[in-house]
Amino acid sequence: MTTTENQANPIGFGRMLRKEDARFLRGKGNYVDDLNLPGMLHGAVLRSPYAHARIKSIDISAAQAHPKVKAVITGEILETLNLAWIPSLSHDVVAVLATDKVRFQGQEVAFVVAEDRYSARDALELIEVDYEVLPPVVDAKKALDKDAPVIRDDIAGKVDNFIFDWESGDKAATDEVFANAAIVVNQDMLYPRVHPAPMETCGAVAYMDPIDQKLTIYSTTQAPHAHRTLYALVAGLPEHKLRVVSPDIGGGFGNKVGIYPGYVLAIVGSILTKRPVKWMEDRSENLMSTSFARDYHMKGSIAASADGKILGLRVDVLADHGAFNNTAQPTKFPAGFFHVFTGSYDLMAAHCSVRGVYTNKAPGGVAYACSFRVTEAVYLVERMVDRLAQELKMDPAELRMKNLLRPEQFPYTSPTGWEYDSGEYPRALRLAMDIAGYEELRKEQAQKRAKGELMGIGISFFTETVGAGPKRHMDILGLGMADGCEVRVHPTGKAVVRLSVQSQGQGHETTFAQIVSEVTGIPPEDIDVVHGDTDNTPFGLGTYGSRSTPVSGAAAAIAARRVVDKARIVASAMLECAPEDLEWEKGRFNIKGDKSVGKTMAEIALGAHGTVELPEGVEGHLNAECVYDPPNLTYPFGAYICVVDVDPATAKVSVRRFIAVDDCGPRINPMIVEGQVHGGLADGVGMALMEVIAFDEDGNNLGASFMDYLIPTSLECPSWETGATVTPSPHHPLGLKGVGESATVGSPPAVVNAVIDALAPYGVKHADMPLTPAQVWQAMQGAPYRTDLAIQ
Amino acid sequence: MQVPAPVEYERALSVDDAIERLTRLGPEARLVAGGHSLLPMMKLRLARPECLIDINGLADLSFIRRDGNVLRIGAMTRHSELLASQVISEVAKIIPDAEAVIADPIVRNRGTVGGSMCQADPAEDLSAVFAALDAMVEIRGPRGTRVVSVNGFHTGPYSTVVEPDEILTEVSFVTQKNLGSAYEKVERRVGDWAIAAAGAVIALQDGKIQRVGIGLAAVGAPDFRASRAEAYLLGKDATPDLFDEAARMASAECNPNSDQRGPSAYKRHLVEVLTRRALDGALSNSKGKAN
Amino acid sequence: MRVNIEVNGVNYSEEIEPRLLLVHFIRDQIGLTGTHWGCDTSNCGTCVLWLDDLPVKSCTVLTAMADGHRVRTVEDLEQGGELDPVQKGFMQEHGLQCGFCTPGMLMTARALLDRNPNPSDLEIREAISGQICRCTGYENIVRAIRWAAANSSSNGALDVAEVAQ
Repeated sequence: MTTTENQANPIGFGRMLRKEDARFLRGKGNYVDDLNLPGMLHGAVLRSPYAHARIKSIDISAAQAHPKVKAVITGEILETLNLAWIPSLSHDVVAVLATDKVRFQGQEVAFVVAEDRYSARDALELIEVDYEVLPPVVDAKKALDKDAPVIRDDIAGKVDNFIFDWESGDKAATDEVFANAAIVVNQDMLYPRVHPAPMETCGAVAYMDPIDQKLTIYSTTQAPHAHRTLYALVAGLPEHKLRVVSPDIGGGFGNKVGIYPGYVLAIVGSILTKRPVKWMEDRSENLMSTSFARDYHMKGSIAASADGKILGLRVDVLADHGAFNNTAQPTKFPAGFFHVFTGSYDLMAAHCSVRGVYTNKAPGGVAYACSFRVTEAVYLVERMVDRLAQELKMDPAELRMKNLLRPEQFPYTSPTGWEYDSGEYPRALRLAMDIAGYEELRKEQAQKRAKGELMGIGISFFTETVGAGPKRHMDILGLGMADGCEVRVHPTGKAVVRLSVQSQGQGHETTFAQIVSEVTGIPPEDIDVVHGDTDNTPFGLGTYGSRSTPVSGAAAAIAARRVVDKARIVASAMLECAPEDLEWEKGRFNIKGDKSVGKTMAEIALGAHGTVELPEGVEGHLNAECVYDPPNLTYPFGAYICVVDVDPATAKVSVRRFIAVDDCGPRINPMIVEGQVHGGLADGVGMALMEVIAFDEDGNNLGASFMDYLIPTSLECPSWETGATVTPSPHHPLGLKGVGESATVGSPPAVVNAVIDALAPYGVKHADMPLTPAQVWQAMQGAPYRTDLAIQ
Repeated sequence: MQVPAPVEYERALSVDDAIERLTRLGPEARLVAGGHSLLPMMKLRLARPECLIDINGLADLSFIRRDGNVLRIGAMTRHSELLASQVISEVAKIIPDAEAVIADPIVRNRGTVGGSMCQADPAEDLSAVFAALDAMVEIRGPRGTRVVSVNGFHTGPYSTVVEPDEILTEVSFVTQKNLGSAYEKVERRVGDWAIAAAGAVIALQDGKIQRVGIGLAAVGAPDFRASRAEAYLLGKDATPDLFDEAARMASAECNPNSDQRGPSAYKRHLVEVLTRRALDGALSNSKGKAN
Repeated sequence: MRVNIEVNGVNYSEEIEPRLLLVHFIRDQIGLTGTHWGCDTSNCGTCVLWLDDLPVKSCTVLTAMADGHRVRTVEDLEQGGELDPVQKGFMQEHGLQCGFCTPGMLMTARALLDRNPNPSDLEIREAISGQICRCTGYENIVRAIRWAAANSSSNGALDVAEVAQ
């Protein structure tokens, strides 16, 4: 080990270098594609070139004749196993391999298993599929037209592309507020289809041991336990003979929540060949077929008094869910948590309605660090508030200050029924403005405008809604959203923590050791974290929606408290005193009033495993566990300010500064929290300025490689400026709120608001993301285009 | 990952050897230099050569050489070498201007001048650069060596006058004192192909424009150049109004397509802005050399 | 065909298909899985390694083209049990999260500092601009490389002299 790893670590919370770095820095991470099991075969998926077509026939004979091919699987073969279709996460079904029709470009049609990955790819070219091409539904706004082709004719009696209508809030009260308001501003906006695109694509290695019939699936999953149970339920496999291992994951961002056809195909391939089968998608497959995000067409309206008091908000959403309804969110909420769209403001009434439709596009919709569509909600309200500021000719910071919820209003129940746990919003906004030098920036902007230069300042104030969630409200396919944790203390006082959640880069091996350290006083370097293996960890729903810290973090804290509670009894036996005569000092129990007499956790652990006589009914050892069912969600929040410059001649945007003040409650490890924020800010720059998956009129995916799906580089990202306020959650055992997705949720509207602000001299009121140079130029001409369709 | 279809592989030992192998193997053989255009096409299986002839060992094609008033660049010169060359930046600032925004630093370590020219992507920055420089291209083959102008070098998108049994060996252009140049590009993101790009080369004699070249990339300009705008400028005083008009002419004479980088009207607008900026930059570069 | 490639100072003589991409040779054939791949189009840079001292995208180089050449990967950065300053910098400044882009970033960072021991922030950002990181927003990678520049031993200076020759 090098000197860098020998610095003193905090006991509990504080800046601490990451434990997991030791292997990543040496090229010794264990990602799925690094696995090379003896006898392993390789799978490849044949995908549809068409968005909508009937499959007339599939000829696999030439592929089967390829000397290195071991199996070729089609939908017809899967039908015999009752696996051609599997349940979706939203009470629909998803085709594993197309049988009747293909419904989006890139849909899975056949699977080849061969001795090496090159041969598997070669054999795909030998499969002959005869398609009858059908007209596709590309424009969500036309999906419910009378003459629209029916995509889901596999559903009995289906005559249109309608999926669901859903609403929240009080429509009558909202209508009344709007009818009596001095000012109403309407704005249509699209949060376009984007993709999480983690650097590691999705993949799996499946191995059905032919002797003991145990199936091990190494896969890129953010939710190994949920996957195991779903495999058991769907395929009828005995759950004790199923083991899901999620090794190191090269980024998830929601892309790796669902079960993809490729995983199922690797399993079927292994069962058929009796050998391990690896399937790794390529980048185009990742972008074309795995879970996209957003695709919300929103019609927003905001009502206010003449002096800028926001009174009401309403929105009507057309949600493009693609060819199968496979969005991942708690069962009760088909639009996720979108109805938290009143954001950070104190208003009288609100109403939202969401209509879901099928289109000939890939399924998905809840991904990309979206906190179950809080991303769309925050974008909507933060754009609407800026539109209102425009109409009122009021500074957007002033308008926000005037309407932000005040600290004394917490816990606050929103017009759509959310109970915000805690917040001190004006303080965070003021801090962001101070870091930015807001007033000076406005002066500079005025000077620049006088010279014809375009500079914009954009603000976003977001309230996140994370830590899903209370079991009484939240389940996924019937599985309650509680998570488990086990803490095991060895006789020498070292510990192992076993988690149901899984890191995709968040640093759980460090932060969960710090959580347990904070409670037990055991140094974090003496605590090992085990996760990502269903045989070795307790059940839970996994890592997404920023839920690890608020849910599993609470489970870890409570399990650790139970360890300490037990340690008190053991210590009292060792010290021959009553438990209540002991005083806890992080890491040891002392006799009250005499710090010189006490026992450290290490001594107590040894005692607990030794011969000390314990009181009647106390079992010994210091292990503990907890299944945490959160009483409420947590509500992290933040104030973001973005400064952009726009070249008036080329319409090119550059982000000059970005100030982010985040309040996620106490910070376990400030270094890691800041890193989480940085990454989300880059996402925001990406979505606001360049990321989009559009489709042409034939349903061709126009963002199907990294040449077309653009992700920001080091040169588009400014040097982030961060700040913090701390408002603990009253219901989390350590006051923690979670932070993983805050910046992804909060940053896009700040960038967009900044660009629209820069374009004010041109009278621009809105343009949809991404604000590419072409889109900005179009906006300056008064004609921004639809970013979900091909540019004409 | 996407992987290429089966292919044979040979190494050329010299230019003559490369030509001999191309002749022997026929049109299904392809030269591979940096491979950063060809290999992605092969992975997508849009290109399926039967044999690759690797010319990375041909060190005699890797040079940047002054030859009297001609500057010669070997076909195997890497983009990063072009960008780093002191000689080049002194003689033709348009080249490092463009090279700094071609792909990314890692790709530039591998990609070559000859490879870029032969790939002939309609958005290739070097095609616009060499058009503006009135460059000559040396091509060798079984029928001998020929030197052709960049005018007429491209026969269409992804297509050039280089025959399947020939090899592009060198690009050259005439240098002169006071030759100023600049390149301007707008892209959606660093490393992306241009939405539109314009390069300008200019030299004055007695205050009049004695030499001028305007190269355009990604906008459907014939031969990657704005020839009417060039003709308009030649022999006149370099005034702001003149440049404005030339920029308008360049914008009018190109023929951009609408695609996901932008609608054609925007690209046409960019051509005007960037041509004007490139002319200004070239003039300023030229004046800097005069002082 | 048979190729002879020196990887991290070890000579490998291997039978390969001519179409084998260098990234697959390194990962699958000789088992050095520190080098990753993340796209097919040479855009992402997770596959960056050195070919004869220059960082290249190994998903877009044929193994055959590396025959007779030297390759260096992330596994070679740690020498004699001592992490390279760029590795230490990435740890100190939290320049990695999921770790997937990290090997490529480290190899580019090492190459940059070998040629320019004291780069500006902009030079660092330009050097890594062909490599995508989805986790860090790049700021901590810039800080990490800056840390490495500030905390390099005299060995680093020797390396520079060697490269200059």
